[in-house]
Amino acid sequence: MSPKSPKKEYTRKDFASDQEVRWCPGCGDYAILAAVQRTLPSLGSTPENTVFISGIGCSSRFPYYMNTYGFHTIHGRAPAIATGLKLANPKLDVWVITGDGDGLSIGGNHLLHVLRRNIDLQIMLFNNQIYGLTKGQYSPTSQVGKVTPSSPLGSIDQPMVPARFALGARATFVARAFDTSKKLPEALSAAREHKGASFIEILQNCPVFNDGVFDLITDRKTGPAYQLWLEHGQPMKFGANGEKGLRLKPETLSLEVVTIGEDGVTEQDIVVHDETNASLAWMLTDLPEVVALGVLYRQPGPVYNESIATQRDLAEDRFGKPDLHALLRQGHTWTVS
Amino acid sequence: MEPSAAARVQPSPRETLDSVIIRFAGDSGDGMQLTGSQFTTATADAGNDLSTFPDFPAEIRAPAGTTYGVSGYQIHFASHDVQTPGDAPDVLVAMNPAALKVNSEVLKTGGLLVVNSGAFTANNLKKAGYEVNPLEDGSLDRFRVLALDVTKMTLDAVKEVGLGSKDANRCKNMWTLGLMYWLFGRERDQTVGWLKNKFAKRPKLAEANIAALNAGHIYGENAELPHGINAYQVPSANLAPGEYRNISGNEATAWGLVTGARLAGLEVMYGSYPITPASSLLHNLARLKHFGVTTFQAEDEIAAVAAAVGASFGGSIGVTGTSGPGVALKSEAIGLAIMAELPLVIVNVQRGGPSTGLPTKTEQSDLFQAVWGRNGDAPLVVLAAATPGDCYYMAIEAIRVAATYMTPVILLTDGYLANSAEPWLLPDVDALKPFPVAFHQEPEGFHPFSRDEETLARVWAVPGTPGLEHRIGGLEKDRSTGHISYDPHNHHLMTSVRHDKIAGIARDVAPAKVDQGDNHGDLLVVGWGSTYGSIRQAVSVLREKGHQVSHLHLRNIWPLPEGLGHLLDSFHTVLVPELNNGQLVKLLRAEYPVDAVSLPRVTGLPFRIGGLIQAMEERLHGSAI
Repeated sequence: MSPKSPKKEYTRKDFASDQEVRWCPGCGDYAILAAVQRTLPSLGSTPENTVFISGIGCSSRFPYYMNTYGFHTIHGRAPAIATGLKLANPKLDVWVITGDGDGLSIGGNHLLHVLRRNIDLQIMLFNNQIYGLTKGQYSPTSQVGKVTPSSPLGSIDQPMVPARFALGARATFVARAFDTSKKLPEALSAAREHKGASFIEILQNCPVFNDGVFDLITDRKTGPAYQLWLEHGQPMKFGANGEKGLRLKPETLSLEVVTIGEDGVTEQDIVVHDETNASLAWMLTDLPEVVALGVLYRQPGPVYNESIATQRDLAEDRFGKPDLHALLRQGHTWTVS
Repeated sequence: MEPSAAARVQPSPRETLDSVIIRFAGDSGDGMQLTGSQFTTATADAGNDLSTFPDFPAEIRAPAGTTYGVSGYQIHFASHDVQTPGDAPDVLVAMNPAALKVNSEVLKTGGLLVVNSGAFTANNLKKAGYEVNPLEDGSLDRFRVLALDVTKMTLDAVKEVGLGSKDANRCKNMWTLGLMYWLFGRERDQTVGWLKNKFAKRPKLAEANIAALNAGHIYGENAELPHGINAYQVPSANLAPGEYRNISGNEATAWGLVTGARLAGLEVMYGSYPITPASSLLHNLARLKHFGVTTFQAEDEIAAVAAAVGASFGGSIGVTGTSGPGVALKSEAIGLAIMAELPLVIVNVQRGGPSTGLPTKTEQSDLFQAVWGRNGDAPLVVLAAATPGDCYYMAIEAIRVAATYMTPVILLTDGYLANSAEPWLLPDVDALKPFPVAFHQEPEGFHPFSRDEETLARVWAVPGTPGLEHRIGGLEKDRSTGHISYDPHNHHLMTSVRHDKIAGIARDVAPAKVDQGDNHGDLLVVGWGSTYGSIRQAVSVLREKGHQVSHLHLRNIWPLPEGLGHLLDSFHTVLVPELNNGQLVKLLRAEYPVDAVSLPRVTGLPFRIGGLIQAMEERLHGSAI
């Protein structure tokens, strides 16, 4: 093992590499990068024990700008490469950086399985609803009708809901935030603290190919009417003055947006967020009129890399000290003299 | 070619034979693989040299009685050195009409045919495509036929145990094995012990199978066998002294990987997706967690190799095992390991292709894929194992080369090597030379693509090491800083460096040498992979006839070993037999000014010695001066 470096208070600068950042001016990725560089020191992370693994796409350039270990891999496969790394060295703090194309299109299978296995790492999915690096084709999260070079008459693909995909894979941590949000570091910290695979969808603006697609949600003026920031144990209220909220419609088993004080709606009618409730989380992934942000679901589960370690201990208990000489002689042998 | 089953007769009740080839054939549910492997163990105990060839269908349980559901197991054993499972069997055991139909063509004229006449029902005959019962129409007159109602005799033998008819019926293979043990003078003890152990939780099954085994043996002792059918003995072979076991290629590869990782001081991360005929590598390694092995059954072939690449980045030796279609899926990730210069071992247990091809049959048709099958100029190392036991040493070598040179290594084996067994002289593991890996530690002057001047391998700096934080990836790097570079001249240079690194490995492996024969002559037979035994045997037959024939067997496919060009140049003719449509031959012709001649065979089966001898003789006559 390497010698321990002297204990040091790290700052944002310690996590920034010397490479010039080459995203387009105004790209939401800048804000996400800054949030990550700001958050890591506060979590006690060290550059040498932190690894960023990415696939291919605009977001996947991320590791080059972090002064940590990093691996810019191949399209869609980052979750699998991160899995191997975490199995090789479970002590590392592993982050996967992916996008809606990389993670949900070409790499959908790997994202599904890394979540299902619950490997202890963080997955940041930058969702800009477009293919940026290949110059603007529609992605698996683009809205129907999206006009792009590959869909001149509008996309006919039905978009998927990333958080719903994650819940379907039985992810144990599902959160959502957006690029310029002040609450992004909070979501990142929660993801890092969770043991197991943490999935964070980050709504991210692409100023070149899909500019303003999240403006209603992220704009300082219009945003409050569309952002529902979840807090465990608190009523799910939103709006500029917290006047709106979610009420359960028992007859359809769905959530509806209501205004407190109107039509006899009171504070008591607003559903309290329970982040361990998978059914509630499922409804929160795709609400009418409002976007749920923060931690949608968090429920501890068996962690794959820990189970691997447990089985290895079990094997050592059962089979004893590894002995190559004995291994080659297991079963039937005979001697020729 | 070995003498047929009519060698010398001695004044003992048992006729002595030099060499025997037996093929057990039956429905895939008849337990022929178990029967064959038990006979193999008993034969090894009797001191014979041997080689086996399991040949089974792709269907797990094909409809009973059909020709495509026939499963076979051939064993060749002798009082001399055995190289291959042999061509035509001397003895065929056919458990039903379909097994007879599929195999009667290959049985030698005068060979012994043991059939279970109890299975020759009208229904089974029809399923096998017989209009008339071949046991009755004289079509088998060229064989010595021993037709026995094994079904009935088995049911009689196990009656007292009180099994249901299905379980009772399934003891037929043990009855037959008992008879074969008697015919060839084999001991039953080992099989009895194995049955007791196998059915430890179902003692009635153990009892019934042992009863059937004994009944078959007693039948042989007491029955008046037809004229011309005797009991035989095959004297023990003159094997080198030492401790032996039977080993199949996939066992040997798994154990070689574990041994190689030990010698390197690394842990193994084996990522794999089940695929025939490579799955047993995963099964074998999954049992070796206490050796520092992590096995990861991935969601697909790509994830399997990607996880291995990730593990290598983290300081383990990443290994993935698969067959040809799986390698196709892994190609991009292998390219990443080439570009990022990370160690990686890819075991390709080749099978018949292209596409799904012949999943359970053997072939050597992935050589091009291994050497060239990636986008870009993407050189890596390709090794090939020659025998089941050789898989052990080549797996160690694959890890040594991968870790020493920071490169992916493809180890080619095949379905035949994977599944066949041979007696293997156990190595002294303490005498194997370690090649410990040293991870880079020094931050001063570090960049991730600084290289060893001699090997050109870049430093291996693993995450977790303070001061060495760095980023790697699939984009081209600057030669002197390791940062991303789109500079045209740099790309040219880096392409050359990657090429030179791999080419230079030729200096670190044994130079080319002939395995048999002189360094010059009329005919050089160049082989690679699992054809070793067949070629060796065919060449030795021709050499005994006085021909100037030599055999060279390549274990280093890429880079090719030093001195090969000179040897190729020292023979009048170079013949390259391969179980493909001519791949190594094209590689040799591309690399050397040699007019090498191809001998392709793509039947899903190993070469026949007879066919090889004939082809070599044609070449010798053609080249006679």
